[in-house]
Amino acid sequence: MTGEEWAIILLSLKVSGIAVLATMPLAFGLAWLLARGRFPGKLLLDALVHLPLVLPPVVTGWLLLIAFGNNGPMGRWLADWFGITLMFRWTGAALAAAVMALPLMVRAMRLSIEAVDRRLEGAARTLGASPGRVFLSITLPLATPGLLAGAVLGFARSIGEFGATITFVSNIPGETRTIPLAIYGALQIPGNEAVVTRLAIIAVLLSLGALLASELLARRAGYGKGGHVL
Amino acid sequence: MSFEIAVEHRLGDAHIALTLSSAAGLTALFGPSGAGKSSVLNMVAGLLRPDRGRIVVAGETLFDNMGGDRANRIDLSPHRRRVGYVFQDGRLFPHRRVRDNLLYGWRLAAPAHRWMTLDEAVDFLGIGHLLARWPRTLSGGEAQRVAIGRALLSGPRFLLMDEPLASLDMARREDIMQVIERVRDELALPILYVSHDRAEVDRLASTIVTLALDSTG
Repeated sequence: MTGEEWAIILLSLKVSGIAVLATMPLAFGLAWLLARGRFPGKLLLDALVHLPLVLPPVVTGWLLLIAFGNNGPMGRWLADWFGITLMFRWTGAALAAAVMALPLMVRAMRLSIEAVDRRLEGAARTLGASPGRVFLSITLPLATPGLLAGAVLGFARSIGEFGATITFVSNIPGETRTIPLAIYGALQIPGNEAVVTRLAIIAVLLSLGALLASELLARRAGYGKGGHVL
Repeated sequence: MSFEIAVEHRLGDAHIALTLSSAAGLTALFGPSGAGKSSVLNMVAGLLRPDRGRIVVAGETLFDNMGGDRANRIDLSPHRRRVGYVFQDGRLFPHRRVRDNLLYGWRLAAPAHRWMTLDEAVDFLGIGHLLARWPRTLSGGEAQRVAIGRALLSGPRFLLMDEPLASLDMARREDIMQVIERVRDELALPILYVSHDRAEVDRLASTIVTLALDSTG
């Protein structure tokens, strides 16, 4: 493995890690709303959250370009107020990965919140716990394995992200060239079979590891015997 | 008066209407499954809000919306009612060992409200050997002892018991029945007890209130 390939792997890990960490609070909030909330438009919110799962990734990437590009409303706002540029930057790759990972994360987290026995929360209330304390001492600990499962699943999805990323931030060595983009790039030039093979093996191992971790965590969360996050 | 309850509540098709006032000791709510006995307990605990009514326990008003104007309405949060609720299935917290289950309410109670220590509860219920165990490893009888201990340690002013013997085999029933008799006689706490077993109610109760099935409204 060359130094360049290691850099690609590290970039992939950085992009995916940041994407998942930054999305966790939002994903949890959405999962909570969908699991516990009762409000008009819930079905629509549910559909919107799941949209990136079914939309062609190139469309998601194009929408990100429109919104977060240098001339997009969000892109301009971020540049003016925080001096942040997303287009053609690794941060943009992280945003694309986050958007694509969000549906899977919300799904897994929602299941884990729904799996918490609300009668236990009632029991805690009668024992003197305020609603906030019930959340911290009962609901959150019981849901934690499932929340982590959601995060790991989102990480796996981010590692594999390709379409929205290449559309939004292009394929720039050292900046946005993550493992899938590097494999795609290498495939364009004859004689790169060894590089492709090595990166592909890494991709398979990372994804497999994340999926296994996610499933094991989900089982601990006790979705029941047939409980899966996938 | 221990319990003074007058509540009305509609839950789906079922209509619950109950008026009772009881003296000290154990008051049994007796009736067939589906008559709304557990719902009454949930209303007293504050987990279910009655459509209309007034709930007074040992002189303290926990709920009252019978008064005309809003200012006089009372609806104490469940965590401020100082209730000890023992559920049919124990409902121990699966992610905490027995010791931490027992101390859950004790730690939340104001020191002045605690009237039992962990050691006293452990002796009273004979559960010293269970303290380090996880709830899932307990038998039904053991879990119910721990659940009673957890309720007592939270410093309650009264107890609610929802068919605490229903999920136990005959030998364990007798065992827990004796524990409940000791709670009733030695601790002198008002107890509202729900059951559909006549023999159980006859043996334990000082007041029996029969709740009939009424789904017509």
